[in-house]
Amino acid sequence: MHLEYFNLIDRIVDLKSDERTITVEAQVPQENTIFEGHFPGYPLMPGVLLIESMAQTSGWLLIALMKFERMPFLAAVKEAKMRTFVTPGELLTVNASVVHEGSGFTITDAKVSVAGKLKCNATLTFRHVPFPNNDLRGHMEAMAKRIGFPQQVNAHG
Amino acid sequence: MSSTFDQVANIIAETCDIPRDTITPESHAIDDLGIDSLDFLDIAFAIDKAFGIKLPLEKWTQEVNDGKATTEQYFVLKNLSARIDELVAAKGA
Repeated sequence: MHLEYFNLIDRIVDLKSDERTITVEAQVPQENTIFEGHFPGYPLMPGVLLIESMAQTSGWLLIALMKFERMPFLAAVKEAKMRTFVTPGELLTVNASVVHEGSGFTITDAKVSVAGKLKCNATLTFRHVPFPNNDLRGHMEAMAKRIGFPQQVNAHG
Repeated sequence: MSSTFDQVANIIAETCDIPRDTITPESHAIDDLGIDSLDFLDIAFAIDKAFGIKLPLEKWTQEVNDGKATTEQYFVLKNLSARIDELVAAKGA
């Protein structure tokens, strides 16, 4: 997890295109300036970043399903529940699955767990469009390699 | 069995919290009911589920942007209902 670059996902553990599901891991850093403010003397992973981790996890699933032709952008967050605290150093397991594939949009359910215990979950809506430029696409392809994106689902890998 | 329009109107009323009696077949979803594109995704999701279809929103948007169609053709509710009926019929063909 490189919070300064907003890269929350460390590793894709499992990605099943046919079942439209993904599992990733994300290690919350032990130390980060974010924890100096959130909160002083009581560091907690911010809920918005947990939501972002679910969004990025869902995003990789959608990129796989769209074979790296389109880029998903988060459009709506529903039923987001922060169930228990996430603290520095914890290893997150994030799961996402597709609820509905519409025309130009997709809805996913996602959840974050630590050691099998559910920490938060949400229903997310994404709009997706063809990659707006080659820079973004190249960046995403490089990041895909870094986090273990299965090359067989990357038509351009 | 309720008409396609009634089903669509009920979906819009529930999804967007719009009083059902203000929604008519002549209502334009965008211009009259004030539904924006993000809210329309929720409506599309509900319509897709209810009718077992996939509203071709991207195609419609492209046609409107290209000047090949007007928003009235797709977003006035009697027309939207007709498009849904066509999609349902095509699915069963």
